[in-house]
Amino acid sequence: MNIAAAVNENFANNSNYLIRSAMFVYALAFLAHLAEWVFGGRSKIAVQSAALIEEAQAKEAEAEAAKQKAARQVTVKTAAGSTVTLERPAVVTRASASDRGIADGPGAAGGDEKGDRYGRIAVSFTVLAWLLHASGVAFRAASVQRAPWGNMYEFSTTFGAVAVGTYLLLLALKKDVRWIGLFLTTTVLLDLGLALSVLYTSSEQLVPALHSYWLWIHVSCAIISGAIFYLAAVGTMLFLFRDHYEVAVTAGKATDGRWGDIMRRLPSAASLDKFAYRMNALVFPLWTFTIIAGAIWAQAAWGRYWGWDPKETWAFITWVAYACYLHARATAGWKGRKAAYLALVAFGCFLFNYYGVNIFVSGKHSYAGV
Amino acid sequence: MSITEKTEREDLGAAGAQLSTAPVDTFAEAPALGLLGWLRWMWRQLTSMRVALILLFLLSLAAIPGSLIPQHSDQLKLEAFKAKHTTVSPIYEKVGLFHVYSSPWFAAIYILLFVSLAGCIVPRSWQFVGQLRSRPPRAPRNLTRLPAYSTWRTDASPEEVTEAARKALRGRRFRTSVTDTSVAGEKGYLREFGNLVFHVSLFGLLIAFALTSLEKAEGGKLVVEGDGFVNNLTQYDDFSGGTLYGADDLQPFGFDLDNFEQKYATSGPEKGTALKFQANIHYYSGTDGKPVKGKISINHPLSIGGEKVYLISHGYAPVVSIKDAKGNVVREIVPFLPTDTAMTSPGVIKATDTLGTDGKPDQLAFRGIFTPTVALNATRGWYSTFPTLQKPMLILNALHGDLGIDSGAQQNVYQLDDTHLKAFTNSDGSPFAKAMQIGDTMVLPNGAGSLTFEGVKTWASFSITHQAGNEGALISGVGAILGLAGSLFIQRRRIWVRAVRAEDGVTVVEMGGLGRSESARIADEIGDVALQLLPDAPVRPEDEADGEAPPPAADAGAENEPAAGTTAVNDDEGARA
Ligand code: HEM
Repeated sequence: MNIAAAVNENFANNSNYLIRSAMFVYALAFLAHLAEWVFGGRSKIAVQSAALIEEAQAKEAEAEAAKQKAARQVTVKTAAGSTVTLERPAVVTRASASDRGIADGPGAAGGDEKGDRYGRIAVSFTVLAWLLHASGVAFRAASVQRAPWGNMYEFSTTFGAVAVGTYLLLLALKKDVRWIGLFLTTTVLLDLGLALSVLYTSSEQLVPALHSYWLWIHVSCAIISGAIFYLAAVGTMLFLFRDHYEVAVTAGKATDGRWGDIMRRLPSAASLDKFAYRMNALVFPLWTFTIIAGAIWAQAAWGRYWGWDPKETWAFITWVAYACYLHARATAGWKGRKAAYLALVAFGCFLFNYYGVNIFVSGKHSYAGV
Repeated sequence: MSITEKTEREDLGAAGAQLSTAPVDTFAEAPALGLLGWLRWMWRQLTSMRVALILLFLLSLAAIPGSLIPQHSDQLKLEAFKAKHTTVSPIYEKVGLFHVYSSPWFAAIYILLFVSLAGCIVPRSWQFVGQLRSRPPRAPRNLTRLPAYSTWRTDASPEEVTEAARKALRGRRFRTSVTDTSVAGEKGYLREFGNLVFHVSLFGLLIAFALTSLEKAEGGKLVVEGDGFVNNLTQYDDFSGGTLYGADDLQPFGFDLDNFEQKYATSGPEKGTALKFQANIHYYSGTDGKPVKGKISINHPLSIGGEKVYLISHGYAPVVSIKDAKGNVVREIVPFLPTDTAMTSPGVIKATDTLGTDGKPDQLAFRGIFTPTVALNATRGWYSTFPTLQKPMLILNALHGDLGIDSGAQQNVYQLDDTHLKAFTNSDGSPFAKAMQIGDTMVLPNGAGSLTFEGVKTWASFSITHQAGNEGALISGVGAILGLAGSLFIQRRRIWVRAVRAEDGVTVVEMGGLGRSESARIADEIGDVALQLLPDAPVRPEDEADGEAPPPAADAGAENEPAAGTTAVNDDEGARA
C-alpha cells in the first residue's frame, strides 16, 4: 500500500513536471507564431487590400474560363493498342451565393518565406508541447488510477489537450487551420496557467459518488464537446472580425492599417463561417449525448434523471443556445452575423457552466472541487 | 435568403427548390381578412422558423434564474435565502422565481414552443411524404449554373448515355427519374427524415417528462444499523407523491440494515478521502417474502418490486442509557447528523418519560456533538479529524423541563425547542457539560439522574423512489441523437445528367450537381459519376487532339417544366408562403 502510494506520488510529480514543460514549449510555439505574423506583415508581396476585390474578380473570370475549357479537359490517353486510360473529367465548381467570392487570405505568413518557416517551427513546437501535455495527463491518470477528470484542475488540463489534439488532427488531415495556431497557443497557455495556479488540486481519490463508469463516458464527452465548441468559437470570433473587414473592403474603404493587414491574411469570412459551423454541427450531437449520459448517471446515482440542478440546467441552456444557433443558420434574415453572435452566446453558456457554476453556484455537482 | 441566392434559386426553377421541408419564412404583411385571416396569420407566425428561434432563445433565458436562486426542491437553502433577503423574497415568491421550472411563465414558453413544433412537424412530414412519392425534379435548363458542373463530348448515343447514367446513379443509391435523354437523381432523404425524427423525439421527451412528474414518489428514511424499514407511509421520515402515485400505491417490501461499511484512505495526500460507502442489507418483497442478502452503494441502488432504494447519506448514532431521578432507565439510539467529511456530528437526545426529584414529570434533554476521532481547538471547539471511530467522544450539555412535544406543533427530532427548557448548571453557574468516551457516565447535578454513553452504531439514510417515464425518456433521447446525426451529417443532394445530340451529330454530355448546403463533396461525387460513365460514353479522342472548344450544346435544355409530383409539392409551399 505504501509503496503504491509512493509510486502514485511519483507519477503525480512527473505529471506536474510534464505539464510545466508543456507550458514552456507552448510558449515557444506562441512566440514562433508571433514571429510568423510579424514577418508575414512585413512581407514584400503583401497585397493591398483593395486588390482583394480584383483578386476575387479574377477568380470569377478564371472560373468562367475554366468552364469554357471544361469540355476539353477530359483527357483520354490512348496508348499504343487499344488500352484506354481514363482520367477524371474536370468538374467546375461555383462559389456558393452566400460567399462574396473573396478568396481566403494567404495565412499568417502572408506568403513570406521567413514567416512561413516560423509558422512551421510553431507547429513543430506545438506537436512537441502537445506530446508533453498529453503524457502529463496520462501520468496524472496513472497516479490517481482513474479517469483524469475528477476535479477542475484535471478537467482544464485534459480540455486543453483535447483542443490542441483536435487542431493537430485537422492539420494532419491537411485542413488549412494554421491560422488558429496563435489564438490556440495563447489560450492553452492561459488555460494551463490557470489550472496550475488557481485550480490545482493534489492528486486525489474521488468521492464515492464519482465512482462510476459514467464518469468516463459523460465527462470525456463533455470535454471533447467543449474543446471543439471552443475551436468553433475562435472561428466564429474571427469570422465576425473578418466579415467587418470584408464589408469595408467591398465598400471601398481603406483598410490598409495594421488591423487590415492582419485581417487580410485570415481565411475569407465564408470559410471561417463554414469552419465554425462544421465544428459546431459536428459536436452538437455529442453534446446532446453528453447530457443524456449525464441524465442516465443521475438516474443511477440520485434516483432521478433530471432535477434542474444548476449544472444540469446550464448544460440544458447551452444545448438550447446551440440549437438556437443551428436554427438561425437555417432561417432567413438570421444567417451570418446574427447566427455568429448566437454561437458566441452559446459558448459563453458552456464556459459559465464549466467555471461559473462550480465557483458561484452550489448544487449536487459542487463536489467537483474547485 | 440573400438576393443573389434568391435569383439563383429562381434560375434553377423547380430543380433548386425543395431540397428540404423547412418552412419558407415570409415577413407576411398584415392579414387582409377578418378574424379568420388574423388567426391564420398568427398561426403562420407561430409556426415560422423565426418565432421558433425566438422561443428557443426565451426558453434558455427563462431557465437561468432557477439555477441562481434556490428552488423549492431544496427547502433548507430556500429558507436560508428567504431569511437573508426579506425584501425581494415576497416578490420572488409571487412571480414564481422559487419554482421556476413549474411556473406558469416557464410553462408558457415551452408550451408555445411545442405548439410551434407541432405546427411545423405535421406539414413538414406531409411534404416529406410527398417528396418521397414524387420523382426528383427535372434538370434545370442551364446546368452550368449549378455549383458543380462537368461536360464532355462522346460518340455514344444520348440514349446509351442516359441509360448508363441512370444505372450509375442507381448504383450509388440515388433515386432517379428519366425524362427523354436526361436523368435526375436525388439522394440523402435520410437527412430530412432524421430531422423529423429528432423533432418528434423532442415531443417524446416532453411526454416522458410529464409522465415522470405525474407518477413519481419519493420518500426518505434513516435506518440505524440493526433496524429495518417497511415500505409503508407511516415508516417514512418524509414522503412526497405525484398526482398518479400516492401512499396507496406503495409496493410491499422491506429491508433490514445489517451494517454500514465505510473505507477511507488512511495515508498519503488523499488521507481521509472516502473510498467506499456500502450499506449491507437483507431485503424481502411481498408481505412475507424470504429475506435476501443485498447491498446498496452510491451509484448502485437496489431495485425491489419496481421501486428503487438509493443510499443518500450515513452517520453515527450514539447509544446511551438515561436514568431519571427515580431510577427509571431508558436506552436510546440517537442518530447525529454529520456536518463535515470527518463526521463532526451535532445532535440532540430527548427523554420524554422521565421524572424529576419531586416525582413529577420532568423531561430531560441533551444537546451536543459526537466526534468519531476527537480533537479540541480553541476556535473550533470540539471537532472530528477523521471519519472512522478512532477516538470516539460524545460531548453533551444537559437540560430539563418541557420538550414541548405535547403542544401539537410538529417537532424536528434533530432540534430542541428551548422555550420551556432550563439548562443544568455547575455550582459556579456555568452550563453543565461533559465529554464522554464510551463507557463514561455523566451524573446530573442534584440527583436529577445520569446518562451513560454505551456505544456507537452507524446509520444510513435511504431514498425510496418510484419513477415512471424513464424508458420513454431514454428511447426519445436515443431517437433525438440518431435523428440529429442524420440531420447534421447527411447531405441531401441532386445530380442531373443530360445527353443531347449537338448540331454536328456528336453527343454532348452535361452533368450538374446541387447540394442542400455548401459542400465541396458534391463536386467530387460528380467527378466519380463521370468517371463511371466514361466506359459507356468515352470522350471523343479528336476533341482532345484538336484542342478546340466543342460547339455549344445548343438548346440543350428541354422546356423547363417541373415534374408533376413536384408541382404539387410546390403548391403546398405556395400555400404556406
Ligand atoms: C423544441 C425545440 C426545438 C429544438 C431543440 C430544435 C432543434 C433543432 C436543431 C438542433 C436543428 C438542427 C438540425 C440541422 O441544422 O439540420 C433543427 C433543425 C430544424 N428545425 Fe428545429 N428545433 C426545435 C423546434 C423547432 C420548431 C418549432 C420548428 C418549426 C418552426 C423547427 C424547425 C426546424 C427545421 C425546419 C429545421 C431544419 C433546418 C434545416 O433544414 O437546416 N424546429 N432544429
